[in-house]
Amino acid sequence: MKRILLRGGRVIDPENKRDQKLDVLIANGTIAEIGQKLQLDESAGKVIQAEGLWVMPGAIDMHTHLREPGQEYKETILSGAQAAAAGGFTSIACMANTSPVNDCAAVTRFISEKSQLAPVNVFPIGAVTIGMQGKQMVEMAEMATAGAIAFSEDGKTVEDSNLYRHAMEYAGSLNRIIICHCQDNYLFADGVIHEGEISSTYGFPGIPSLAEEIDIARCILLAEFLELPIHIAHISTRGAVSLVARAKERGVKVTAEVTPHHFSLDHRAVADLYYRDEVEYAMKRQFSCFNPNTKMSPPLREPEDVIAIKEALAAGIIDVIASDHAPHEQTEKEVEYQYAPFGIVGLETTIPLTMNLVREGVLTPVKMVERLSVAPAKILGLSRKGSLEVGMDADVTIIDPEVQWVINKDNFRSKSSNTPFDGWRVQGKALTTIVGGEIIFAADGQV
Amino acid sequence: MKKRIFPWKDLLAIRGLHEDDITLILDTAESFKEISRRPIKKVPTLRGQTIINLFYEPSTRTRSSFEIAAKRLSADTINISASTSSVVKGETLLDTVKNLQAMAPDIIVIRHGCVGAPHLIAGQVDARVVNAGDGANEHPSQALLDLLTIREHKKVFAGLRVAIIGDIVHSRVARSNMHALSIFGAEVRVCSPPTMLPLNMNGFPGVKVCASPEEAIEGVDVIMMLRIQLERQDHTLFPSVNEYARRYGLNRSRVGLASNDVIIMHPGPMNRGVEISSEVADGKHSVILDQVENGVAVRMAVLYLLGDKSE
Repeated sequence: MKRILLRGGRVIDPENKRDQKLDVLIANGTIAEIGQKLQLDESAGKVIQAEGLWVMPGAIDMHTHLREPGQEYKETILSGAQAAAAGGFTSIACMANTSPVNDCAAVTRFISEKSQLAPVNVFPIGAVTIGMQGKQMVEMAEMATAGAIAFSEDGKTVEDSNLYRHAMEYAGSLNRIIICHCQDNYLFADGVIHEGEISSTYGFPGIPSLAEEIDIARCILLAEFLELPIHIAHISTRGAVSLVARAKERGVKVTAEVTPHHFSLDHRAVADLYYRDEVEYAMKRQFSCFNPNTKMSPPLREPEDVIAIKEALAAGIIDVIASDHAPHEQTEKEVEYQYAPFGIVGLETTIPLTMNLVREGVLTPVKMVERLSVAPAKILGLSRKGSLEVGMDADVTIIDPEVQWVINKDNFRSKSSNTPFDGWRVQGKALTTIVGGEIIFAADGQV
Repeated sequence: MKKRIFPWKDLLAIRGLHEDDITLILDTAESFKEISRRPIKKVPTLRGQTIINLFYEPSTRTRSSFEIAAKRLSADTINISASTSSVVKGETLLDTVKNLQAMAPDIIVIRHGCVGAPHLIAGQVDARVVNAGDGANEHPSQALLDLLTIREHKKVFAGLRVAIIGDIVHSRVARSNMHALSIFGAEVRVCSPPTMLPLNMNGFPGVKVCASPEEAIEGVDVIMMLRIQLERQDHTLFPSVNEYARRYGLNRSRVGLASNDVIIMHPGPMNRGVEISSEVADGKHSVILDQVENGVAVRMAVLYLLGDKSE
């Protein structure tokens, strides 16, 4: 296998307490050597000049939806993995709500086999119950053997607390974590956006913060009672942050993630009803329409929630940044807001939006790497990832922290382009993505 | 006098309109009222224009009001209701509307169960779009006819005390009226069971939330009762129709708390004996049928102002 020398980059590797200018030598798919002035003969491999760039253990997105099997027109495992590579992710974990649901070893094996052709590591997450119907536990051991890295009913919750308890216990015996999508279905009801000023003003059915928080409280209590770890997906409210913080204080093994949209936008984005240019006042349209690419579950919350989430990210109460990449075809979103499906794509916008937090001073570069790589590797039990120690898998993300660019949905590798961030000016992007010692993406096209 | 022009392409909402825009519609409506009292109730103003009433929700009053308004202005109208259209075949709203646009209508009047549906199509078609009710968001022509009715009886809005009572959270009539009355400086009080009140009223500055109908009605000049949607009963919003009627319904003793010349309004259709007793609905303070009459005039004004764009 080819060798690669990353020369002169800023190596940000929290697990080994490194944040300094170093050379990284990759050989045989692993990290071979880290140090000053490493040499590589040009005939023996490729030298990448990394001066001014950040070199980090590969980013891991532990929350994506790849839509295969069943909805390949939205995304396939391959197209999702290509989007991940372009977005700087070296590993992704894909949720179970495909069609059919990933609720048996056959489906898990199908995803694992398809993933062999994918440029990044794809780790299937199994459903908790058969058909995600909340009635009967899946064959977790069979599925774990087939490659299921965790179990989650993402998209809904497991209402039956007794079943949820048993699933956590059973998964625990397999060293697999349950990832909890927290939502009380009765409180969620037919809601489409956050219940607050915007829903009240425009008459949208609201989703109260309480719908999320009450279920987070239940899941935390289950984990505390069972003394088992759980991971809370996409938390979005100040109250959720507080529940996780207090649980951590008393020693509950709970971790939590947030999506870039929940720290980048609040519910006012839903009603972006602005007055047009005064000069064009006459004969012009009074309003623009509600943008269905602001519709996701959990919904965009209030400005105060965004502040609380940023503080929690800085303090480590929130461990992980995950995309919740949820592709939908354009025509599915070009409908009445209430009929539009929940979710937006995120694999190709997560790193630049996270870089916003670094520039704002919310995260240091080291903390950013912890949230994007170290913590997801630990939570998912990927012991050979999340670190640039010698001998680890050579999964590396190289970031240009300075480059300024404009997000353009037409350039996405993803099959879908449902994003509210189209046209956003951002700074920083993944330049090169290396998986298992192979360059699988280079922004300059030189793979 | 220089001819005044309605400055917007569409009428999508009250929220965002200027006081002048609304006054223009009300003044125009007032001048149109006389047409409906003629033996031959027709003027040629919109002759040759095509108006489509696109109704995705059942409606008797609003749809017939728009249709009569259009016909009195000599426009050609067609009515499309969701049950008879390609909606049942799975066509999207945008496809339906683009197909209609290809037949070159001048105005599309749309009622839809989803918030923002008129806004969605307004951006896609050249035809003027009139919102005849979108979900629980707005019902601008209803608020305009309510304003016209109030203005006829009370002359000025500033300082007027108005109570709106009933299911606020699901009511587009309430939202449009709260905006409209606030624009004109009326004092708006609302009262509803706590289960039917929006969680957050910051979008309605100046509107006062009252704990009881008695508190809301005390000394007011106008009472607007909202329809209780009996079909929402499964939503566990109140224990029973009987209890609702006793606790929130408008009866003679509650009317007695208002000012002596209070007017009583209801957007219809009424649930007699639930939110309003028959003796009040048919009593001397009731202006409910005036509202219906003014509905035609206001919709004539809206269609006229949107349809006629000559300088």
